[in-house]
Amino acid sequence: MNEISNRKFNTILIGVAFSPNLKNNIFEAMRMVDFFDCKMIIVHVGEKTEEKETRIKKLISGFSDDDEKVTVIWKQGDPVNVIIDTAKEKNADLIMLGAIPREDFVKFYIGSIARKITRKAHCSVLLLIKPSEDLRPCNHIVVNGLKDDKTRQTILDSFEIGQNLGAQKMTIVEEISHQEVKVVVEDDQSLLKDTLIKEELAKKEDQRVQHILNDVSEDLKTGILIKTQSIFGKRGYSIGHYAKVVAADLLIMNAPNRTSFLDRIFLHDLEHILSELPTDVLIMR
Amino acid sequence: MKDTQSNISQFMTQLPKNIFSGFVVSLIALPLGLGLALASEAPPISGIIAAVVGGIIVSIFGGSKVTITGPGNGLVVVLLGAITTLANGDLYQGYIFTLAAIICAGVLMIIIGLLRLGTLSDFFPSSAIQGMLAAIGIGIFAKQFHVMLANVSVKGDTISLLTDIPKSIIGLFDNDSNAIVIAAIVGISSLLIMFFYGKIRNKYFQLVPAPMWIVLIAIGLSYYYELFSTETYPIGKELLVQIPDSVFSNFPTPDFSLLTDFKFIGVVFAITLISSIESLLSIKAVDKLDPLKRRANVNKDLTALGIASIVSGFVGGLNVVTVIARSSVNVNNGGSNRSANFFHSVFLILFVVLFQDQLKRIPLTALAAILVYTGYKLAAPKNLKAVAQIGKEQLLIFFATVIGTITTNLITGILIGILTTVVIHLILNKSIAIFARNLFKPNVLMFKEEESNTYFISVKNFSSFLNYTRLRKKLDTIPEDKDAIIDFSLCDFVDYTVQESLLGYQQTFKRKGGSFEITGLDSHGTSSAHPLAVRSLIPFSKKIKLGAKSNLTKRQEELQNIATDFSWKYNPKKNTNFSGIQDFMFFKQKKINYLNNSICDPKSIFSISDVEFSEGEFIARTLVRTTVLTIQLDKEIPKFTLDKEGLIEFVYKFAGFKDINIQGHPDFSKRFYLLGENPKNIKTLFTNELVLFFESNPYYHIECNGRSILLMGKERLASIKEIKALLDYGIRLEKVVSGIQYDQIVLKSLKIKS
Repeated sequence: MNEISNRKFNTILIGVAFSPNLKNNIFEAMRMVDFFDCKMIIVHVGEKTEEKETRIKKLISGFSDDDEKVTVIWKQGDPVNVIIDTAKEKNADLIMLGAIPREDFVKFYIGSIARKITRKAHCSVLLLIKPSEDLRPCNHIVVNGLKDDKTRQTILDSFEIGQNLGAQKMTIVEEISHQEVKVVVEDDQSLLKDTLIKEELAKKEDQRVQHILNDVSEDLKTGILIKTQSIFGKRGYSIGHYAKVVAADLLIMNAPNRTSFLDRIFLHDLEHILSELPTDVLIMR
Repeated sequence: MKDTQSNISQFMTQLPKNIFSGFVVSLIALPLGLGLALASEAPPISGIIAAVVGGIIVSIFGGSKVTITGPGNGLVVVLLGAITTLANGDLYQGYIFTLAAIICAGVLMIIIGLLRLGTLSDFFPSSAIQGMLAAIGIGIFAKQFHVMLANVSVKGDTISLLTDIPKSIIGLFDNDSNAIVIAAIVGISSLLIMFFYGKIRNKYFQLVPAPMWIVLIAIGLSYYYELFSTETYPIGKELLVQIPDSVFSNFPTPDFSLLTDFKFIGVVFAITLISSIESLLSIKAVDKLDPLKRRANVNKDLTALGIASIVSGFVGGLNVVTVIARSSVNVNNGGSNRSANFFHSVFLILFVVLFQDQLKRIPLTALAAILVYTGYKLAAPKNLKAVAQIGKEQLLIFFATVIGTITTNLITGILIGILTTVVIHLILNKSIAIFARNLFKPNVLMFKEEESNTYFISVKNFSSFLNYTRLRKKLDTIPEDKDAIIDFSLCDFVDYTVQESLLGYQQTFKRKGGSFEITGLDSHGTSSAHPLAVRSLIPFSKKIKLGAKSNLTKRQEELQNIATDFSWKYNPKKNTNFSGIQDFMFFKQKKINYLNNSICDPKSIFSISDVEFSEGEFIARTLVRTTVLTIQLDKEIPKFTLDKEGLIEFVYKFAGFKDINIQGHPDFSKRFYLLGENPKNIKTLFTNELVLFFESNPYYHIECNGRSILLMGKERLASIKEIKALLDYGIRLEKVVSGIQYDQIVLKSLKIKS
């Protein structure tokens, strides 16, 4: 968490199951390793068998001959704990999870493991909605510009990631919640007031984000079109909706401050996004 | 200060009109007030008291401008039930119990208003509300039909009252009492006046509203007997309106002793619910009539109505609601502010004080006729037909509510209506999950598009009466003179209640100079051919195919209109022949799913269509829908793409080329990205004329593949307004391009070179 050090990911951890998605998950992870020039740890929670080992080896070999870069770890136990503990142990700074949007019960279950990891992990988490074999260009990144202490760091990091992924466009989204406006529109006067307050808030939020953007070094900004957009909706949730509307390729969010049991019932911020992944989501810690 | 002064002078100049309008309204309010009170088995004067108190209090504290308040139709059924049953048949005791219930309901309404729960009515499905209103109409009709035929003693529930109607008619002929027959004749003639009033187009006749004509004629008849005829007035006292001699001194005292009684609490809730719904519906409807296009503050209105009901209850009046019929009469007669409501009360007081004797001459049958007409209007078969056209399932909801209300009570009835709607929605979608999973999720996103200042609202998952209030809250914050686009392409299911309400927004925006367009519904399946039919992405039946001709959305109808205006062809159907657009660079890496809503000219030079495409591989990654215009050229020109500088959205798809600068046009080069394989040829194509065209017109993404040009605005479906602009731009661009003698220029430049 040192601000001076390069926050570029050094060690990426991916948990795999021998599902039909195995190949796609590993391919996605290997590409990230390429993009960030880092190490990878593959964790399988389950028994180590000859057959499984050769399968993984075969998949990895397609990418890199350098065995040093990739470590495969076999461990038994509760998948959530194993992955989180391994990540801590190995000092991983990114956990990748193939989170498939639920359609039936099985997928929902997978989703719930991914969610638990996301909540408990000590490092950043990348959730992929549809891991695929082929490279998909990451053109448009949407980053949250919430009024939060972590936002500054998230935006700064996003540019680095954007450069690594070759993004062309970055939209910083400021969310203006209904509570902030504090006006209930009932008639023409209150409507006018509401419109003015919203405009002012949008301007203020925009200035705040612009301020952060000024701190991003120029070479990180080159080649990336930067846009800011104010949206009106539920905090933390509407940004996902926005990402879907503009067909963004990656959504970068702050990690939540705290999650208690209540937060899962009264969904907020991140929990909203987790319950309905709009696109690939990277949660920065 | 100046502002208030001009307000006062404005108020003064409008005052005469408002006084006049208040007068006309009072002419209707008088007979209706008496009639509604009688129909509720309350003392006739209680209706007038409600109107007087309502007019004065709501005109002071209310939040709407041109509404009229007083006793309402919807309450008749509830109040009648309360008065007749609360004291087990003792009408006077029941009446003072009911007054207490009215006061309690007033308190609840104040709370609703202060808590700003004016959105309450959003939670009721449209068809269920229509069913409830129809049931109220049937209830009023069933009872008052007997009274109109001078059979005042009839009792029973709505169904037995309805089946007894023939008996009352036969009873009339079997009767030897002259009084009853004459009273019935007065009643039937009054009903005929109500029905045919609108048909008589005489300026002077129309000056006096129909209910007042009835009152005037009935009073006139009694004077005829008194002054000119030798016989005595045949209609007896029991068939005449009874008004206490000292109206304003002898107030009944409400009896609160039943406060904890279960039945009493039920009555309080019923009164609160029905008066809130009736008022909210009326306020919304009247807002659309307001000549000055103001928006009413419903919460303030509800609070004022609550205060008025409390006061009215303490002085023996019925509860106060906003009433649609009297309000529209007010607007038609030039009422422009709340003073009209105030003056309507003043005139009512004058009438009661000055014409007390005359009022006592009005036969009950005449008032009953006015109510029979009101009941008929509420339950008119015309409404039924309108509901049926929207879809069979709406009819089912409607009937479930009507039958539920008639056989049980209003609250149970409306609950049955809501339940039926929920069940039908579940069946239509064949899934509980879509509702269960998304009910409490915020499903509405709104943002202002930066360049165009258009409000864009996207709704996802599902949108029905269950979660409509979330959408409404957002919609209410858009100034109606702006452009708004509401997009349902991420929404699996949209119900009738939402669509009907959106139609209202559309009208309001149009009235106030903005635009409100709905996109993304074109690909949804529907349950009927009606434009507001329930729409779902899951097809309902094979009979109604997607995009069938008879089943167009509003947007599609307007597209058709555009096509007809130009006498071009319009085809709403999905089309999988993409040969026209596939070779454009923009679509190179995309999988086009289908084209629909195509408009093209007879020579097939221009063609506009909506395109759905996905970016990615076999699993559709992100679905994008957009509207494109293609122009076929009669000659070959160099391939190029043109975009506004700084808008990478489109440009990044053409990486590898360098921006081409046109000499002598630094401003153009600065503002636009011009890319292409052959810079030299492109430079010759971009003549001064063409550059000027691009510089002086709005921006589009433009791509030329040699033989044709592709134009598009944003990566979303265009609204009708945007399509018109795009079309206009395209036609003008074609003129400019075809005017350029490109072949000759190329030849010339070749010659110069050699």
